[in-house]
Amino acid sequence: MLKPTDIANPDYFHKVVDCQWACPAHTPVPEYIRLIAHGRYSDAYMINWKSNVFPGILGRTCDRPCEPACRRSRVEDENLVKGKKEPVAICRLKRVAADYKDDDIAARMPKAPAKNGKRVACIGGGPSSLTVARDLAVLGYEIVIYDQDPKLGGFIRTQIPHFRLPESVIDEEVGYITGIGNVEFRHQRVDSLKAVLAEGYDAVFVGSGAPRGRDLDVPGRKEAAANIHIGLDWLSSVSFGHIDKVGKRVIVLGGGNTAMDCCRTARRLGGEDVKVIVRSGFDEMKASPWEKEDAIGEDIPILNMLVPKEVRHEGGKIQGVLFEKVVAKYDDKGRRSLVPSGEPDEFYECDDVLVAIGQENAFPWIEKDAGIEFDKWGLPQLNEKTFASTHPKVFFGGDAAFGPKNIIWAAAHGHEAATSIHKMLIGENPEERPAPGVNVASQKMGIHEWSYDNAPTIDHRLKVPHRPKQEALKDIMAEVELGFDPQLAFKEAQRCLNCDVQTVFSGQLCIECDACVDICPMDCITFTENGEEKELRTRLTAPAMNPTQDLYVGAGLKTQRVMVKDEDVCLHCGLCAERCPTGAWDMRKYYIEMTHAEQACRKQ
Amino acid sequence: MTYIAKPRLHHPSLVKNKAGYTRRDYEGAVSTLCAGCGHDSISAAIIQACYELDILPHQVAKLSGIGCSSKAPTYFVGASHGFNTVHGRMPSVMTGANLANRDLIYMGVSGDGDSASIGLGQFAHVMRRGVNMTYIVMNNGVYGLTKGQFSATADKGSISKKGVANSDSSIDMVSLAILMGATFVGRSFSGDKHQLVPLIKAAMAHKGAAFLDVISPCVAFNNHAGSTKSYDYVREHNEALNRIDFIEGREEITTSYDPGTTKTVQQHDGSILRLRKLGEDYDPSDKVSAMKRIQEGMHAGEVVTGLLYVDPTPSDLHANLNTVDVPLNTLDAPELCPGTSALDKINASLR
Repeated sequence: MLKPTDIANPDYFHKVVDCQWACPAHTPVPEYIRLIAHGRYSDAYMINWKSNVFPGILGRTCDRPCEPACRRSRVEDENLVKGKKEPVAICRLKRVAADYKDDDIAARMPKAPAKNGKRVACIGGGPSSLTVARDLAVLGYEIVIYDQDPKLGGFIRTQIPHFRLPESVIDEEVGYITGIGNVEFRHQRVDSLKAVLAEGYDAVFVGSGAPRGRDLDVPGRKEAAANIHIGLDWLSSVSFGHIDKVGKRVIVLGGGNTAMDCCRTARRLGGEDVKVIVRSGFDEMKASPWEKEDAIGEDIPILNMLVPKEVRHEGGKIQGVLFEKVVAKYDDKGRRSLVPSGEPDEFYECDDVLVAIGQENAFPWIEKDAGIEFDKWGLPQLNEKTFASTHPKVFFGGDAAFGPKNIIWAAAHGHEAATSIHKMLIGENPEERPAPGVNVASQKMGIHEWSYDNAPTIDHRLKVPHRPKQEALKDIMAEVELGFDPQLAFKEAQRCLNCDVQTVFSGQLCIECDACVDICPMDCITFTENGEEKELRTRLTAPAMNPTQDLYVGAGLKTQRVMVKDEDVCLHCGLCAERCPTGAWDMRKYYIEMTHAEQACRKQ
Repeated sequence: MTYIAKPRLHHPSLVKNKAGYTRRDYEGAVSTLCAGCGHDSISAAIIQACYELDILPHQVAKLSGIGCSSKAPTYFVGASHGFNTVHGRMPSVMTGANLANRDLIYMGVSGDGDSASIGLGQFAHVMRRGVNMTYIVMNNGVYGLTKGQFSATADKGSISKKGVANSDSSIDMVSLAILMGATFVGRSFSGDKHQLVPLIKAAMAHKGAAFLDVISPCVAFNNHAGSTKSYDYVREHNEALNRIDFIEGREEITTSYDPGTTKTVQQHDGSILRLRKLGEDYDPSDKVSAMKRIQEGMHAGEVVTGLLYVDPTPSDLHANLNTVDVPLNTLDAPELCPGTSALDKINASLR
């Protein structure tokens, strides 16, 4: 028998907001999308800024874990939208908030209070360190950020080509953090953790990323080294202007987003015949689908199931790369291995090779006796909740913590580590994590009026306009994506289903008239005898076949039945509440906000 | 009513029936009735029944009179024919329509005011004549449009929302329908679609005058303590005699039954209604015992529901009048004007 759903647990309705739940930083997505629809770009920006720190950057570069989770992609009808089911373009709407916010947005940013006398060092100037700096600077901590590059930003600045992310956006959003005050940047490479600790910091945060690009180990690699480049280092050199051209024929090895950035950059630096050659199949590639699409759109073929075997050269002058053809074989446990297909090897000529086959963590600067324990993969042993290392004063975050991920993860780690540091330094237990702040408000305005736009549209997902290809390929600084204009943004924002406006059921008010069951366009609601979840899922008005989505069980009915609502495909249109004669259904907005260091000492 | 239209998005598992339509295709406009009105649930049951019967919407004619219930046809099977008649005169319009085109599926929707007060005479005669139809009364015991006065079906002694007891005797629509000659009579409750949907399907399959009295609480004026047509009262006093589990010949048999737990009734078109017995042994094809059981139920304060009476071999208006086999609009000139030789024959037969 299913127990009635405990809606007092903030996680229950948080999970219903699929995008927010999927976002590592738990950005309140529907709220900022509504604000964009209202033209309140600055407010939308500030919600993002608080959650994910880099709205303008992430609005162009995020890995978007929110979008595959979006409910919209489960409820659309291919015939109505005349295309496939697509999520809301959440990421690109975030950019709209950044593009159209007021010019005086800086005035809304917090300012550092008087110093509290505690000092925190951040090693590495990337997104996780910057997040720690922001969360702690506003509490009066003195922050010192170390980085080997001349400007803050880390991989955001060195790895992402400027045609995807203009440098002005990085400068602006890094500036909002340093502008708080109490944040000092030291352009200095850290070679010793012990030396940093010796400076007497109260805490040290390590956000040094995963800076080492994996190298290729095949015959000819050493001899032809002049024309073989590690992708990470090459992109960084391009970013700082040290490299401004490449050969006409370029092979990019690797199937991740770095490979996509390498090949598109090569196209802009004189590469005319640029290919991406990948060991795995096309669908297993690590690159985001849209990044692959953009590369293909720039006339870059992606060749799959080819493993590099040898770099051919003549006296050190590169000729090309020989590849062995492979096929994927799966064992009975479903594990894949690539085995030679037996077909003849393939040879591709080239002038330059860019190696983007993975990146690794590297901590040569952390002394063995510094008190930091590492696991067998060379990653620090961390408390997964607090990000604390085995050294009481040292915390990790971003790629340095659990290996290469994405900017949004770095921001999420930064918030958590900052909370831990703050709790530790005010004498609280960092293990006790603060609950999120939840604000619940009924959206009822009148008998049939709601304070949100509850009519779902059937519009298909809109495409972000791109700069014409010829123009884009000519200039490495020209941003390819032009972003939604306000009209397109409004239309796309209207596709959002407002999943944060929750259907809240009060059994003791219900007269079991079936009005909600009859009106629900998605057949989500059932009044029935209680049972075991698995069996119950099969006998609802429409079967609930997505076990990752909860059933909302409401009790307290006169007939002793239960109300079961399948959260999976609810449109949050509010018709159940509108047709309810007794107010047993209400549409309530759950604004769920993660607790950061600022509010961390909420202990009663 | 509701301000936004029901979204066109639908559950991913929604499937088309044999006619090529989904259940949503049988919907009508969004209801303008009060939130929680039982009539909307009956509309939903009709939608479900039409979907399950693979009915072609344009083969349905919906007729109604005046009142809340008579607005309801707008809210189901939108792509069908409709006629909103003068108050209480729906039966005669339906009789005429049925005479003109016998091929359509006729559905009369009316209320306790439209059928038991102003239209009581018409109600009696449409049943007597055996018009092939499904006549549904959405029965809430009050005049909802005029703010809750007792209607003719309100039980004697029941209390109005204002607190006044009803002193008049009530008209029992099912007893009246059986008495007048309806050949399929059932009663159900808007809050029990498991019972109602199969009853509507069976009624639509019945080739004769089928009548369903569906108790449909008026949330605005008749859903309080002391009412005998409220959700709570009907649930507490509902005495279901049987349930139609399926209609053989139309649907696949998916359930097996222990012998003695079901009763079958074979209808004229060959279809077999399989009735699941609930408690007592009740034979709905025995008119006299049906009348007796209904009266006993009323006496005991029960709301007796289920398929109460069915004549498996009814004859309808067209059979009684020996009309032509096809709709009048399909008759062409040679049939309508067969010529002088035919006239001579008729004249000769009258000499």
